[in-house]
Amino acid sequence: MSEPKPLPIAARSEGCPFTPADELYEMQRSEELPRIMVPSPLLDEFEAATITRYEDAKNALSDTRLRMGFVFDPDAPRTMLNQPGNLLNYNGADHSRLRRMLTGAFTVKRVRSLRPMIERIVSDRLDAVERAGAGADLVRLFSTPIPTLVICELLGVPYADRADFQHRAQVGLDVNTSRETQIQNLAEMDEYMATLIASHRESPGDNLLGSVVRDHGDELTDEELVGIGNMLLIAGHETTASMLSASTTLLLRNPDQLAVVRDEPDAVDGAVEELLRYCSPATAMPRQAGEDMAVRDQEIEEGERVVVSVLAANRDLPEAAERDLDRLDVRNPPKHHVAFGYGAHQCLGQQLARMELRIALPALFNRFPELRFACSEEDIEYRTKALVFGVRNLPVTW
Amino acid sequence: MRVNIDVDQSRCVAAGHCVSAAPEVFDQRDEDGVVVLLDEAPAEHEHEGVREAALLCPSAAIAVREAERRL
Ligand code: SF4
Repeated sequence: MSEPKPLPIAARSEGCPFTPADELYEMQRSEELPRIMVPSPLLDEFEAATITRYEDAKNALSDTRLRMGFVFDPDAPRTMLNQPGNLLNYNGADHSRLRRMLTGAFTVKRVRSLRPMIERIVSDRLDAVERAGAGADLVRLFSTPIPTLVICELLGVPYADRADFQHRAQVGLDVNTSRETQIQNLAEMDEYMATLIASHRESPGDNLLGSVVRDHGDELTDEELVGIGNMLLIAGHETTASMLSASTTLLLRNPDQLAVVRDEPDAVDGAVEELLRYCSPATAMPRQAGEDMAVRDQEIEEGERVVVSVLAANRDLPEAAERDLDRLDVRNPPKHHVAFGYGAHQCLGQQLARMELRIALPALFNRFPELRFACSEEDIEYRTKALVFGVRNLPVTW
Repeated sequence: MRVNIDVDQSRCVAAGHCVSAAPEVFDQRDEDGVVVLLDEAPAEHEHEGVREAALLCPSAAIAVREAERRL
């Protein structure tokens, strides 16, 4: 077997931040499952078998022998990978038990009932963009506040506290910070969430945290509730915010595709799936083998780490024979993609994320039909190394 | 052609794809989002949605059996 190669977890092409790095495509062609070095502030740099093909990704993500690989250790310092209550720290029956306490809030029906609230938030943000005038930064005024306001309303977290928790979410998802920073960062998150949980324990509010306390409060410790709250707050705003910025940027780079999202309401749902596939904001998903196993005849030993490249897998769907998956084609939505993962851990909030994207994107382009970059394309900075892909700044004019 | 559907509620992770793909055949329980089968043997025009639901379900909780004629 060849030596593991160092590779950033979110490898994207030098030429285009939306395109997987050449190395990822090379790995996809290789018959052997390549081993790479993955940087991580929490686990230190680790070696992992890399899964880049779509079929392998689906199989791996739904294989119960591949565990999340971060078993909660009460004696170790708390980190995002070592926290009770966080769904990503659980496997099997423990995971389903915890997840089922939350799924009622994310059903298709419940999410549909949130439409008026989301529409109101989107329209308020569009007013704010308009007031800011030419040069308005959509990351700051549009893509970040929308999911943040939505998750705050849903969870029952005061929006006034956003500056702090947004900052902490960014630190938490940055692979370039130190372990000490991560530990300190989580301690601050916990402290904040613990106050909220305490007030819900006292009088459960009419929101998600309130209903979890009301319905399952006896089965959950305060620590678990804190972990649940942190997870929902971070996952609920950071990923959708990144996806909104990334897909808006992508559409501005492809005006003919933007026109479809703007002018053809029937095409929007499909377009959102194609944008999810193409941006793959949650770029890579780590797992660990719970026993000896094989992926396509390739042996993976118990304890070995595995990383699934969602970005690469989404360019390898079964329809690759019929269409060029490196081309964005919003009129030709993918039949399925793994942007939200697959298997038991598939994103809990995916229907909410879809709903936000389906409302916000067409609304933006309809309010500003002439929307374009207010800077040169090269001045847009992309977040290509964090665990969640995104855009740092998006100044626009109209 | 007829299809028979089985759902395994214990596997369901409440991702909701089934409800989006075939709303007349699947629903989700209000309290925990777990799949509920509304129609075990849906009419022809629902078949495509049902197959899509089975394909999209991330936890293989939906099984579709196709039968040429009534057994
Ligand atoms: S698609 Fe599968 S996991 Fe999702 S709600 Fe339906 S049965 Fe459950």
